[in-house]
Amino acid sequence: MDNAALKERILGLVPDAEYQENKQFLTFVIPPAKMHDLSLRLKSEPDMAFDYLFCLSGVDMVKFLEVVYHLESTTHKHQLVLKVRTDDRINGAVDTVCDIWRTAELHEREVYDLMGIRFNNHPDLRRFFLEEGWIGHPLRKDYVDEVNIVEL
Amino acid sequence: MKEVINLPVKNVEEEEYHINMGPQHPSTHGVLRLVVSLQGEIVKSLKPHCGYIHRGIEKMCEKDTYPQIIHLTDRMDYLSAHINNHAVCLLVEKALEVEVPERVKYIRTIIDELNRIASHQLWWCSFGMDMGGLTCYFYGLRDREKILDIFEESFGSRLLHSSYTPGGLMMDIHPDFQKNVKAFIKYFRKKIRDYDDLLTGNMIMQMRTKGVGLLSKEDAISYGVTGPSGRASGFSCDVRKHHPYGVYDKVDFREILGTKGDTFERYMMRMNEMHESMRIIEQLIDNIPAGDYSAKMKAVLKLPAGEYYQRVEASRGELGVYCISDGNKTPYRMKFRSPNFSNLSALDHISRGVKIADLVAIGGSLDYVIPDIDR
Repeated sequence: MDNAALKERILGLVPDAEYQENKQFLTFVIPPAKMHDLSLRLKSEPDMAFDYLFCLSGVDMVKFLEVVYHLESTTHKHQLVLKVRTDDRINGAVDTVCDIWRTAELHEREVYDLMGIRFNNHPDLRRFFLEEGWIGHPLRKDYVDEVNIVEL
Repeated sequence: MKEVINLPVKNVEEEEYHINMGPQHPSTHGVLRLVVSLQGEIVKSLKPHCGYIHRGIEKMCEKDTYPQIIHLTDRMDYLSAHINNHAVCLLVEKALEVEVPERVKYIRTIIDELNRIASHQLWWCSFGMDMGGLTCYFYGLRDREKILDIFEESFGSRLLHSSYTPGGLMMDIHPDFQKNVKAFIKYFRKKIRDYDDLLTGNMIMQMRTKGVGLLSKEDAISYGVTGPSGRASGFSCDVRKHHPYGVYDKVDFREILGTKGDTFERYMMRMNEMHESMRIIEQLIDNIPAGDYSAKMKAVLKLPAGEYYQRVEASRGELGVYCISDGNKTPYRMKFRSPNFSNLSALDHISRGVKIADLVAIGGSLDYVIPDIDR
């Protein structure tokens, strides 16, 4: 499916998705409540068949925290980027997609560890790199650590 | 007469217990800890514990300029250092819309493939060693030295080169580069037969790997297992084929796909890839065009505000670089999608139900480099 058809398809499924200009990928911001249902349909419907989640990142945009999903279909070769936002910096949470794309399990643990975004229904949400009891989430822009981060 | 005491015999088969494999276990090839739940000898499940070598490279990138970031990427997957450099260079060139000279593309492709062979040689060494064949280690390292010598001659260092810069190369190749590469290919074509004689055809090795650690194609895609490990399961994931960069679109090479997805196939994928890499180098080595070794670049590189993503085929799978720029000379956010990280996520699934000794073989066939997982 080409990007124009795909864009119409996504907007048909989630009318309040926000389209973002991006040179490389077709990009949408999805309301958090609709992300899990949309993901299920993206993977299961044969004309889209997004079966390969090749990157999952957490981003701190200061005004809000964002999870970015890079998706590809191995049959149709089309790609898509979805973003989910939360503006709660303390208890911000989005739904997990690790029941749909299994690779997300570790990626989401990494995002939780370093960016502090929680994932609802994740089977084992613990810190991945840092030890339990670490204070703060290092990839956030407001993270200050005078001991472990050496300023040059 | 001594009294015989009958101790109550415990049925260990029924009891589940945990052991730590690592962080200092030789088969994890680095500091990775696997907490394995066992019932007798059978693996019930395992949980990886990472972070022993986490340096926060993504956070460091936010303070560094793009040419500086290249030096950090070497330290992720140090066995495919050149290919990691290539990813960042391509990302910057794409963002600035710089056209690099043809000569640079040819040289980069050749060096990437040499790097891939060197990486697979070291994998072969350690895989043989994991299976108990220590001789493999000496054979593999002997041949890998020849490639490192070529790198040293041209770029002055053997492991972490950082010889790619945005726009081209740090320096031109040595005048003897072509001659030495051709000599190496001739040498290695002969020596790789020894590899097959020593390990591939070995009955013990085959019995320990065939049918062990199965990963289906659907699971490989779902877990994001890429590179030779993913292709062994039949997942066509070669970035060089699907999203060509360098001069991969001009050379003829096969993307070899497996069907079974067991440990032996993952082994064979890498053996076959070494042959394919040599074929790629042979097609390019005599045709390196003359010209500059770098495009004209500004002294300070500022990427236009926006998002960029670049994929390359590292020796262990797909490496992705996701960069958000706000127009400054340092990125706003840099994320590396490292192949080993995703490959590790499948380990629990693959190794359920196998014997603990097979876990070593499976781990070897997935070919971890721990600094790439931890970053």
